[in-house]
Amino acid sequence: MVLTLTRDRLKSLAFWWLIFLLPLLPLAWLVDRALALDLGADPAQAIVQFTGIWTLRLLFITLAVTPLRRLFRWSWLQRYRRMMGLYTLFYAVLHLLAFATFIVGWRTDLLLRELSERPYIVVGSLALLLLIPLGVTSTRNWQRRLGPRWAKLHRLVYPIALLAMLHFIWQIRSSFQEQLIYGLILAWLLGYRLWKRLHKRKTARRQVA
Amino acid sequence: MLIKRPDPIKSSEITPESIYRNRRLFLKGLAGTAALALSEGAAAIPAYNLDKDAPQYPGPDWLQQQLRAGVRNEALSTAENPAPYVNVITHNNFYEFGTGKQDPSRKAQNFKTDPWRVEIAGEVEKPGSYNLEDLLRPHTLEERVYRLRCVEAWSMVIPWMGFPLGDLLKRFGPTSRAKYVAFTTLLDPEQMPGQGGFFSTLDWPYIEGLRMDEAMHPLTLLTVGLYGNALPPQNGAPFRLVVPWKYGFKSIKSIVRIELTETMPDTTWNLTAPNEYGFYANVNPKVDHPRWSQATERRLPSSLFSPRIIDTQPFNGYGDQVASLYSGIDLRKWF
Repeated sequence: MVLTLTRDRLKSLAFWWLIFLLPLLPLAWLVDRALALDLGADPAQAIVQFTGIWTLRLLFITLAVTPLRRLFRWSWLQRYRRMMGLYTLFYAVLHLLAFATFIVGWRTDLLLRELSERPYIVVGSLALLLLIPLGVTSTRNWQRRLGPRWAKLHRLVYPIALLAMLHFIWQIRSSFQEQLIYGLILAWLLGYRLWKRLHKRKTARRQVA
Repeated sequence: MLIKRPDPIKSSEITPESIYRNRRLFLKGLAGTAALALSEGAAAIPAYNLDKDAPQYPGPDWLQQQLRAGVRNEALSTAENPAPYVNVITHNNFYEFGTGKQDPSRKAQNFKTDPWRVEIAGEVEKPGSYNLEDLLRPHTLEERVYRLRCVEAWSMVIPWMGFPLGDLLKRFGPTSRAKYVAFTTLLDPEQMPGQGGFFSTLDWPYIEGLRMDEAMHPLTLLTVGLYGNALPPQNGAPFRLVVPWKYGFKSIKSIVRIELTETMPDTTWNLTAPNEYGFYANVNPKVDHPRWSQATERRLPSSLFSPRIIDTQPFNGYGDQVASLYSGIDLRKWF
């Protein structure tokens, strides 16, 4: 009995580590390519774009936890939602640091100009800014401390997702294929919640009647 | 005893060195173009040590001969270091082969560039369709090292080989009605996967244009070579334009048609987003793109921890030669 429990625990611990390490793979690949000088003539732009797109992907993975859990009854997914949310913040911070270091070289005049003038950078910065309090309050302790306000605060993730998407769309020069695909995924992630909400309200009303 | 005090005004403040040097270079350049074979502006093409692992593009025999007979136009070349060959052939905006910077170098390798026909049309005395070989034959190829400034705020220094567009146009006798030149890129979705894309806002074929005086300017180069070799397909082989004082998108690639017109031609990016891309598209640090600043540029290849951020120069540093073309024009309105 004790033995099987330990084995189960070990298994689940191994699984946790597996999930924990997965989102680090893109970063490992990027560092490897950068050290091999294999990112082309403009590695700065390549790194900024790569960390940016992975921020968006991890944000979508975070947002996918709830619908997937409900649709497929994968209750185990819930355990990893915070982890994915924190990874989103991690990649977003890398994205900003890469931009500030590799693109503008920490020249404050340029940084301020970019942050205030380029509309898509303003929108992206706002999304990152809003993401920070969610990261800070992601602990059990904060969850307890904030009570019901915690869920309300963390609904900020929806406007953050919309801002991040706008940040991406605003950079289209001619081809909008990628943005269309990401936009459709986000539409489903948010649409699912909206539909559930409306549905719940309807059934609630019926019950009252 | 004579006590020497420092001058209150440094001589460099009276006339910046870059300006007077440029002016001399320009005069020398004009002379050089007129009589290149004899002039002091001409020099041998340097023997480039191209990366052996990088693909080489020798080009067809007839072109190789002409490239070998080429001379370097020192006077119209910048002394700045060219970007490494491998960077020039793998960092391309050539949306006919995809929108990623490395897409053209991956997808254009089977692009058929020989034989190649070019149509000369419109307001000329001798219109017609010609083999590229015949079009090129009378011209001495010149190497010119130019700065290329992309509208996306990066830049590169590139050694091109070509000859002045004006020399070609003169041969076909522009009529008095010729006010503009319109250029067209090949339309061939089978070879150019980007033209078949459903998700692009651009209309194909790609069209660019110049005013007649811009086209006749000695800096405006019809280009067939790069780094002493033929143009690689991803760089616009076999025949492209290079207009160094304008944003890169004006320098149209893989040209199949040159038409002289009386009215300003509709150009591809201008049609797609007229508020973002003007017909003139002169490099101008004072006129921002609506979505980003044009005041500075990143000189490629970039090194990660010390990005080479430099101030963008009006007309990409060719102002002494070309600013007079636009005297009396509001460059904010005609961006």
